Amino acid sequence: MVTTAPLVGQSVKRKEDPRLLTGNGRYLDDIRLPNTHHMAVRRSPYGHANILSIDTEAAANLPGVVGVFTAEDLKDSVKPLPCGMPAGGVENHLPPHRVLAQDRVRYVGDAVAFVVANDPYIAHDAMELIDVQYQELPAVVDAARAVEPGAPQLHDEAPGNICMHWTAGNKDDTDAAFANAEVVVKHHIYNQRLIPNPLETRGTLANYDAGTEETTLWVTSQLPHVHKILLSAFVLDIPEHKLRLIAPEIGGAFGSKIFLYADMALTAWASKHLGVPVKFVETRMENYVATQHGRDQTQDIELAARRDGTMLGLRVKSLANLGAYPSTIAPGVVTALFGRMVSGAYRIPAIWVEVDGVYTNTAMVDAYRGAGRPEATYLVERMVDLLADELAMDPVDVRRKNFIPPDAFPYTPPDLGMLPYDSGNYAVTLDRALNHVNYSALRAQQEEGRKAGRLMGIGISSYVEVCGLAPSSWIQKQGWGGPMYESAEIRVLPTGKISAVTGSLSHGQGHETTFAQIVADEFGVGMGDVEIKYGDTAGAPFGMGTYGSRSLAVGGTALQKSAQKIKEKILAIGANLLEVAPEDVEFDHGSVSVKGAPGSSKTLAEIAFAAWLNTGVPAGMEAGLEATTYYDPPSCTFPFGTHICVVDVDPDTGHVDIIRYVAVDDVGPVVNPMIVDGQLEGGIAQGIGQALFEGAVYDKFGYLLTGSMIDYAVPRASYLPNFELDRTVTPSPISAFGSKGVGEAGTIASTPAVANAVVDALSHLGIRDLQMPITPQRVWHALQQPK
Amino acid sequence: MTRIITLRVNGKSYENEVSPRLLLVHYLRDVLGLTGTHIACDTSQCGACTVMFNGESVKSCTMLAVQADGGEVKTVEGLATNGKLHPLQQGFWEKHGLQCGFCTPGMLMSSLNLLQRNPDPTPDEIRHALEGNLCRCTGYQNIVAAVQWAAQEMKAKPAAGVAE
Amino acid sequence: MFPVEFEYEAPTTVEEAIRLLAESGGEAKILAGGHSLLPMLKLRLAQPPLVIDIGRIAGLSGVSEQDGGLRIGATTTETAIQDSELVQRLCPLLSETAAHIGDQQVRNRGTIGGTLAHGDPAADMTAAVLAAGGSVTVQGPNGERTIPADDLFLDMMTTALEPDEVLTSVWVQTEGPRTGSAYEKFANAASGYAIAGVASVITLAADGTVARARIAITGVGSKATRASGVEAALQGKRADDQTIAAAAEHAVEGVDLIGDLHADESYREHLAKVIARRSIQRAVGRAATKS
Repeated sequence: MVTTAPLVGQSVKRKEDPRLLTGNGRYLDDIRLPNTHHMAVRRSPYGHANILSIDTEAAANLPGVVGVFTAEDLKDSVKPLPCGMPAGGVENHLPPHRVLAQDRVRYVGDAVAFVVANDPYIAHDAMELIDVQYQELPAVVDAARAVEPGAPQLHDEAPGNICMHWTAGNKDDTDAAFANAEVVVKHHIYNQRLIPNPLETRGTLANYDAGTEETTLWVTSQLPHVHKILLSAFVLDIPEHKLRLIAPEIGGAFGSKIFLYADMALTAWASKHLGVPVKFVETRMENYVATQHGRDQTQDIELAARRDGTMLGLRVKSLANLGAYPSTIAPGVVTALFGRMVSGAYRIPAIWVEVDGVYTNTAMVDAYRGAGRPEATYLVERMVDLLADELAMDPVDVRRKNFIPPDAFPYTPPDLGMLPYDSGNYAVTLDRALNHVNYSALRAQQEEGRKAGRLMGIGISSYVEVCGLAPSSWIQKQGWGGPMYESAEIRVLPTGKISAVTGSLSHGQGHETTFAQIVADEFGVGMGDVEIKYGDTAGAPFGMGTYGSRSLAVGGTALQKSAQKIKEKILAIGANLLEVAPEDVEFDHGSVSVKGAPGSSKTLAEIAFAAWLNTGVPAGMEAGLEATTYYDPPSCTFPFGTHICVVDVDPDTGHVDIIRYVAVDDVGPVVNPMIVDGQLEGGIAQGIGQALFEGAVYDKFGYLLTGSMIDYAVPRASYLPNFELDRTVTPSPISAFGSKGVGEAGTIASTPAVANAVVDALSHLGIRDLQMPITPQRVWHALQQPK
Repeated sequence: MTRIITLRVNGKSYENEVSPRLLLVHYLRDVLGLTGTHIACDTSQCGACTVMFNGESVKSCTMLAVQADGGEVKTVEGLATNGKLHPLQQGFWEKHGLQCGFCTPGMLMSSLNLLQRNPDPTPDEIRHALEGNLCRCTGYQNIVAAVQWAAQEMKAKPAAGVAE
Repeated sequence: MFPVEFEYEAPTTVEEAIRLLAESGGEAKILAGGHSLLPMLKLRLAQPPLVIDIGRIAGLSGVSEQDGGLRIGATTTETAIQDSELVQRLCPLLSETAAHIGDQQVRNRGTIGGTLAHGDPAADMTAAVLAAGGSVTVQGPNGERTIPADDLFLDMMTTALEPDEVLTSVWVQTEGPRTGSAYEKFANAASGYAIAGVASVITLAADGTVARARIAITGVGSKATRASGVEAALQGKRADDQTIAAAAEHAVEGVDLIGDLHADESYREHLAKVIARRSIQRAVGRAATKS
């Protein structure tokens, strides 16, 4: 392993891997407390029904069962789960999301009752013995149908099933742009519902300590601090100082572990009520029905342009299916992170966006890898191709013509309410990607192949996304009820080893390595001398967690700032120990030395020892060697890039084969190239999943037809190509290293690249669009349609 | 009625009384405390629970503990020898073949089965051999590279990858 | 996922297994590799009072030559079939088909007897055994009987086995001279099961015409079945691409087509024809190269 500075910029092998490779990772279900009991949740089999009665007697009588509970048991002590991010600036209708359904269930998977038993097998046996009588009600699963007059109504608090109506942009300017347009392209997109599918499902382990009256919750959480506050302040009857949350090793999340879930409250309540540790771990099929889904937006789009390909205006009307109840940040995500990003990488003078959030009898929908930006990017990248098709232009030329030019940064899309795009050079990524695939030769090959019946397609996606989510002031205007800084607490221990606690949280991204590289470089020590900690609310004052590709840009900057504060003190103590003035010393390679006299020096360990034992701290200075930072950046960061996908479509079966995939991304300077490439590859795979394989489908009664991995296709190794990655480096002026963020870029970029490629493969046959997932069946049916 | 089963896991002998309905994966995790083997689906699709049983990769969620009676199991905990990582473990580390790590134990065991059958697989052969294992983080690219790395290592140092 | 409670017996003889099965009144379930039964137990779709594990009965696994064909023990795993030198040499169709089943871990445990007795309409081996002119031997309280594969599959998950019978072995014809075979499959991307799978065994006459064609199809209807229309359309003809394509048009004749999320009836029908064509083309190609 590389151990010498500078570590930033090197592909340092991950510190977390040895434990994960040997079976020593401790994920939620691996945590063993004595006498742990197991919770099983009885869920609604109906999309929409009144609960007539619940008989728990047979379940309660099963040996091993210690409790069976319904909403009635909890009504005085557990309150509904709050929505922390209503849509900003508009009225939101937020009906209560109860932890157990009262009187009525609103989606298949809605929790009705739960069992606690001394064995998970018995808990499931007992759960099935709970006898619930229902009166089925008409259900509505489709957002467009839910807003029609006469549609089944889910909540008295949300007439017409509407959560909110939200707009962004300038309607008058947009109307004027359309009035002056030479060409208008119209399109309808259903950005389908996805199931996040982290390999580890969700769960909670609760332990109430009667001695200290403290409740500890181990939770599969991307943001334990936030969950703690939400649970303590809004849901549970547990004061904040008696509640501790720990996120153990997390087996992937992709957004689905951001939200507040009923089981967190149920296990906490049950552990205190029963006096035993209570564990809940979802089965996969439970995860499919009851853990938040992603996407599910129905969009009508119009793009106004001149015949030379210049974009003049964009109109977007989106119906966002929110599912049965308002999830933790859903209304904010489908508005701010979607609507304010529809300009994409292009200079579009006038934009008008309307978003309606709609309740339906389906699992809740919330942020899923990309969260709003994939929906925005897919829309704009498909529209560019449709415009090119309409004008018989090369889609490359339409992109190039409309790109925000490099000298326009910082660029703010007019009236859209987005923060200024920080920096970018979009055409360079396009050029490089075109060069990689040898675009003109590829087009010639395509032309040649078509004569022989070969269906080859080339798809381009030039994206920009917003990440490094912050600052508090902006995100609060978007509806979020909390801050959006990140914390970093660094402590140089008495022996010179360094413990750094970040408020962000790794669930596969490798924070322990990337952050250790940053801290080690700051102090001029080796990777092995730095420990990065996170995930325990008892270990850090507060932190916002990991999502929105924000850990490095915000959390990494916070770490650097804390290190810099400590270094000031190191210099002061070092100078004092060396009996010279602070301005006469310098700190380098882990020691303080007198300028010009490198022989006269004190090591970091000597200084730390003096700092903690208070033997050599300058007069008037406190002992100790630590610093905490809450870094609230001035703005967000905006990664960008161009992906090109080349596909072959089998005309006989409709099967799509990705034969090349080239990605040129610009995420700013990278701390660990190996980890950054890994994020991109995984992200691209997930975006390909949406384009070709994945889609959650409900029937009209609200039954999830894709209820297990037998029917929902998570991409397998053999379905994916080798990705060819390259990058350009345009620093962000916002973050410490100029880094922008990389967690979601691949997913955001790849879906439209693949869809554009498949449509391109069939375009000469008159096919202009295909609905995702673009399955062989859909391709074949499209090929059968008379054009 | 419970039954007594006797088996060897990672070279150690165990005798336990189990219910017939106990799945092998629950036996390994909950009875023996070997939590390195994970559970990620209900339907035998994901391969996170893959272990070696009598020298072949199996999904331990699709096997009863009583079926393993008299057999020999190897889990991820038994892959390294004397604290030295197996070439596959080393390869996954070198090539960043894991992110969240949840699928990793199963991936390692499936890869072990592959290299036993085919010591020098092509990338396509690796992708095909790992069809029974889902990873949501990596896009598989680095997993393929990791298995190739291990195959090379095991060819260069044949003793390194011997499964005992 | 957690099965309900059941009793478990692991007999060491077939007779004992049959006795246990009879005592349960046919309510017990036979467990071989468990890759059909365990998923059902876990989802609680099967809740038998007793599970009879035949995996410990000596002599139920292995491949041997018998009566001009191959006898394959019921508990022989798909991997063993895939790897068997005997199968590869004498009935390569089965080896090729085995390689298409599930994934490596599934093949390591799943057995040929299990998959045939389960009668899943989208299983692969069902089609191969049909095309290979196979049969199964079953044993019950009244002794042993042989069921031709053509009579084995009755309906979705329903076979001609009586509730008190145990499938003990499978027999398939060896692929003789001038005979080629192939299994072609279009898989469901989620489950890996066949949306359409076609097994072909083609014997060419000395003049290059089709002397015998056995074609079977799986995944498209409620059970795996012979595609007799396709066979008839090939019989005696020169197997050129045009003839094959025309024959493949008969792929779903007599099939009660299923339609689902992944493939509606029209798409499935079309796929069946494409897959049949490709399967036959490969089988003919192989037959032509075999003396």
